[in-house]
Amino acid sequence: MNYKLDFTPVIEGLPDLLAACLGTFALALGGMALAIVIGIGGVILRDSALAPVRWAVKAFVELIRNTPFLVQIFFIYFALPLAGLRLDPTPTAIIALGINGGAYAIEIIRGGVQSIPKGQIEAGLALGLHKGQVFRLIVLKPALRAIFPSLTSQFVLLTLTTSICSAISAYELTSVAQQIETSSFRSFEVYGTITVFYLVISWVMMRFFGEITRRYFSYPVK
Amino acid sequence: MTQADAMKGSAAQAEPMIAMNHVEKWYGDYKALTDINLSVRKGERIVLCGPSGSGKSTLIRCINHLESYQKGEIRVSGTKVDDNARTIDAVRREVGMVFQHFNLFPHMTVLDNCMLAPMRSLGAGKAEAEATARQLLGRVKILEQADKYPSQLSGGQQQRVAIARALCMKPKVMLFDEPTSALDPEMVKEVLDTMIGLAEEGMTMICVTHEMGFARQVADRVIFMADGAIVEEATPEAFFSAPSHERTRKFLGEILRQH
Ligand SMILES: Nc1ncnc2c1ncn2[C@@H]1O[C@H](COP(=O)(O)OP(=O)(O)O)[C@@H](O)[C@H]1O
Ligand SMILES: [Mg+2]
Repeated sequence: MNYKLDFTPVIEGLPDLLAACLGTFALALGGMALAIVIGIGGVILRDSALAPVRWAVKAFVELIRNTPFLVQIFFIYFALPLAGLRLDPTPTAIIALGINGGAYAIEIIRGGVQSIPKGQIEAGLALGLHKGQVFRLIVLKPALRAIFPSLTSQFVLLTLTTSICSAISAYELTSVAQQIETSSFRSFEVYGTITVFYLVISWVMMRFFGEITRRYFSYPVK
Repeated sequence: MTQADAMKGSAAQAEPMIAMNHVEKWYGDYKALTDINLSVRKGERIVLCGPSGSGKSTLIRCINHLESYQKGEIRVSGTKVDDNARTIDAVRREVGMVFQHFNLFPHMTVLDNCMLAPMRSLGAGKAEAEATARQLLGRVKILEQADKYPSQLSGGQQQRVAIARALCMKPKVMLFDEPTSALDPEMVKEVLDTMIGLAEEGMTMICVTHEMGFARQVADRVIFMADGAIVEEATPEAFFSAPSHERTRKFLGEILRQH
């Protein structure tokens, strides 16, 4: 092999790459926050008294889970302006990530909610709490605890999916790496470096979720 | 006291705490309750027994509208129990319930379990809710466990917490659905003693239980159900010494053989 490694362009681009990592975190955290809201909201609507609402949630989940993320993000990026809503790539990416992650979160959180014994809900109702209070105060925390490992994997996946948002030039690590690669032709060095960066980012995310588990879900169970 | 007040007082006394009139309940096509008539006065202690599947749980769950019923009428201290959200609220505030499997909230300490509903449902302040909770946890003799989580307690302790939690709402009636059936034998007594204490203080109670010693000791009336209907209703003495129905005799024979 007579390929000569040259990390000079990577080293020169390091400040940009590190800054882009923050962009990646911003996309990931923004996407997750939206996904959690969609996930919890979707779980509530999924059991709505109104049949069309239940169908709409089911259809949404099926649509998102059975189509590629790249197509979804292009669709949102190019379709929203037709609907009169013009957004920058980065907010668009957060919305796309949130919608995609939200569809998976609905199914995951729903599994957690269904794992809660009916007796818990009945005890809450018998104590005079309303349905919404029962969900919020009694069901939600143990349900999230039960599925938090799955939710963590899903959200690590969402974090890595941010890289696809380079397709619409959202500000994140892969986009910036592509720019450096385009101007330097140092593909191996550039992508080798960001591979390591992504590993670290995943690890940070797992630590982050581990910390949430430790703080919020650490009540003892038998 | 004015004469009007006195009349109101006596009218309130005449009003039964719980009145069930010709209540019928279906689960789909399956008829779970048939023509239930039951009147429970303030301070009365009722023991409800009968074979598994006879409708005991269904009956008491209709009282606080955990189940809806299709025919007849249930009134709790005068309020008709129907599908209206406001009356359901009013009724659940008056009626406490204790379940076979305790149903404590696993993510809250014992104290928080007891403070939740008074704060969220009655709008009590934190200090007030905590004072009430501590007082009632003391009464069920478990105050020293207030900061533990349910999973750290024995079954008997959990059930006593569940009783205290229900009492924190200051209910007028307590419903018990086989409160000792899920307990190891050595823990049954501590829960029954708690219930006896409550009965002695004059709480109106309907207890679904097969603890016949408890029935003898505290019940004003024992009601026997089979196939969704009330078969027999008698004082404990009459019920145990001279049951009038064949099904009751058979049931008592089985219960006594088990114990
Ligand atoms: N949610 C339900 N759906 C359908 N049938 C039910 C339901 N709950 C209870 N039943 C039926 O109603 C009957 C009475 O049940 P239940 O009141 O629980 O009896 P018990 O408490 O006396 O054992 C049983 O035959 C039971 O199978
Ligand atoms: Mg039962």
